[in-house]
Amino acid sequence: MSELIVEAEGLTKRFGDRVAVDAIDVKIAQGEAFGFLGPNGAGKSSTMRMIGAVSPPSAGTLRVLGMDPVRQGVDVRARLGVVPQEDNLDRELTVEENLLIYGRYFGLSRRELRPRITELLEFAELTERRRDKTETLSGGMKRRLTIARALVNRPEIVLLDEPTTGLDPQARHILWDRLRRLKRRGASLILTTHYMDEAEQLCDRLVVMDEAKIVAEGSPADLIAAHASREVVELHVAEDELDLALLDGVADRIEVLPDRVLCYTGDGDGTAALLAERGLARAGIVARRASLEDVFLRLTGRTLVE
Amino acid sequence: MTPRTSSETSTRDRAAPLSAGFPAVRVLEARLLAARRTLRSAVTSALLNPLLYLLAMGLGIGAVADPSAAADLPGGSYLAFLAPGLLVASAMQLAASESLWPLMVGLEWNRTYHAVVATPLRPVDLVLGNLAFVLVRAALAGMLIALVIVVLGAAPIGGALAAVGVAVLVAGAFAAPIAAFTAKVRSHPAMTALMRFGIVPLFLFSGTFFPIENLPAPLQAVAPVSPLWHGAELARLAALGAPTAWHPGAHTGILVGLLVGGAVLAERPIRAVLCR
Ligand SMILES: Nc1ncnc2c1ncn2[C@@H]1O[C@H](COP(=O)(O)OP(=O)(O)O)[C@@H](O)[C@H]1O
Ligand SMILES: [Mg+2]
Repeated sequence: MSELIVEAEGLTKRFGDRVAVDAIDVKIAQGEAFGFLGPNGAGKSSTMRMIGAVSPPSAGTLRVLGMDPVRQGVDVRARLGVVPQEDNLDRELTVEENLLIYGRYFGLSRRELRPRITELLEFAELTERRRDKTETLSGGMKRRLTIARALVNRPEIVLLDEPTTGLDPQARHILWDRLRRLKRRGASLILTTHYMDEAEQLCDRLVVMDEAKIVAEGSPADLIAAHASREVVELHVAEDELDLALLDGVADRIEVLPDRVLCYTGDGDGTAALLAERGLARAGIVARRASLEDVFLRLTGRTLVE
Repeated sequence: MTPRTSSETSTRDRAAPLSAGFPAVRVLEARLLAARRTLRSAVTSALLNPLLYLLAMGLGIGAVADPSAAADLPGGSYLAFLAPGLLVASAMQLAASESLWPLMVGLEWNRTYHAVVATPLRPVDLVLGNLAFVLVRAALAGMLIALVIVVLGAAPIGGALAAVGVAVLVAGAFAAPIAAFTAKVRSHPAMTALMRFGIVPLFLFSGTFFPIENLPAPLQAVAPVSPLWHGAELARLAALGAPTAWHPGAHTGILVGLLVGGAVLAERPIRAVLCR
């Protein structure tokens, strides 16, 4: 493993009696795209804020870029780019001014910033909107601007807290494309998401978080291999209209959800055919590859997005 | 934009500008950049409000008031008495309004301060940068008021400028503690109440519009509780050479104490919100 940029051991965050992050161990290597996947309230943002050197850990040890984010917060933050979960662009300023001021916060000179801003506006596809106030931007544009802003100091690590939550599919794809470009250029990305497709698209490695704890760790493919079968056949039928006896032996494992049944199997076509034979074809049948959603369901007994 | 890997990071690029200078200045710079957009209306109101007050009250009330009574006032006329008081009262209002809602915008409503502390800047830089912004604004607004005062002949130019210095101090003496208050309460009703039951009464009863000797004795006794009263005393000394109730050093010390104490007090609740 190459140089570690984040090393956490027993990392814990408490807010009064509530434990938001419960003794997690994480190691992230330089150049990696690392994800925290988990539902709302799992403790993803709290973890990111500790790594971002704004929130002091309640217990455990944390090193970011080899430094202590509490004692050396200023030096740590100088080398990070942060895309927070909630937009906090300056609405009184234009697109361009937001980048300028943020660069100034890092102590960069206007002269240094001028070409960098031109480049960042292009990267974010906001060159035409450079003189507009940020409140006139769409959600996707705001998000791209926030990402551009996070890059103004040429960070070694980019922290992205739910980068595409609330965006429409097209805006998400544009954003994923930008993030993949960043990754190709060698940035270390640390991101949180509650979308399994996003985690699969962007992460080399991820941890699944649930109720303040890490419940699994690995690459998306490893996690699927370890915790789900290769394929899944979904039977779209309501729980109360289903005769469970009909499902006997159709798959390795069966998960009954309120609105559908998931059949985990190595052979999707075979299972689908079997279900049709048993007269279950009237209900919708969809065979698909297993995903991180299935991993999460397996590990926690709950679905990721409610 | 190309992100660097740590091996190619040059220390010049990231370390030098950070250690250099006074980081709060960057917060001031951001505030000034945003304020440029509303410069015209700020200048207009900074000129128009005192002009109206001075004309309506200074000349209007001055005309109906007993001229022999006015002659005993510091400055020898009601207009001359009013002008320095108005200068510091405006500074107080400006400081209060800058330290209430804009702070909430940063802390909660737009969360812009959360973006600031994700950079090398710290909560203390935010406190000091915002305070510096209020002082700069108070200085600029004060100059405009001083211009009106000089044109109306209410004070000599040197005196008016010296009184602007007092107004800047008054602005700081209010801005810092009110910032601490806002960060602590973070409640709209509490902020409105502070304005209504704190700032407005002070505006009226701190010896800015009329000498506190005209108030009933119990109210006179509590005048020293009002920072604005100390400011008004100092401003009349600066503008007109009028004698102060206390030693000028005492008035100044109280205002400086509020500024410094307020700034110290404000850092903690702001950090509590941003770095929890
Ligand atoms: N500032 C805070 N004060 C109190 N509780 C908090 C605070 N921030 C987060 N929490 C709580 O900590 C838990 C984890 O929250 P968070 O880290 O935001 O999760 P996620 O980002 O995965 O949705 C939640 O129960 C949340 O309510
Ligand atoms: Mg979150």
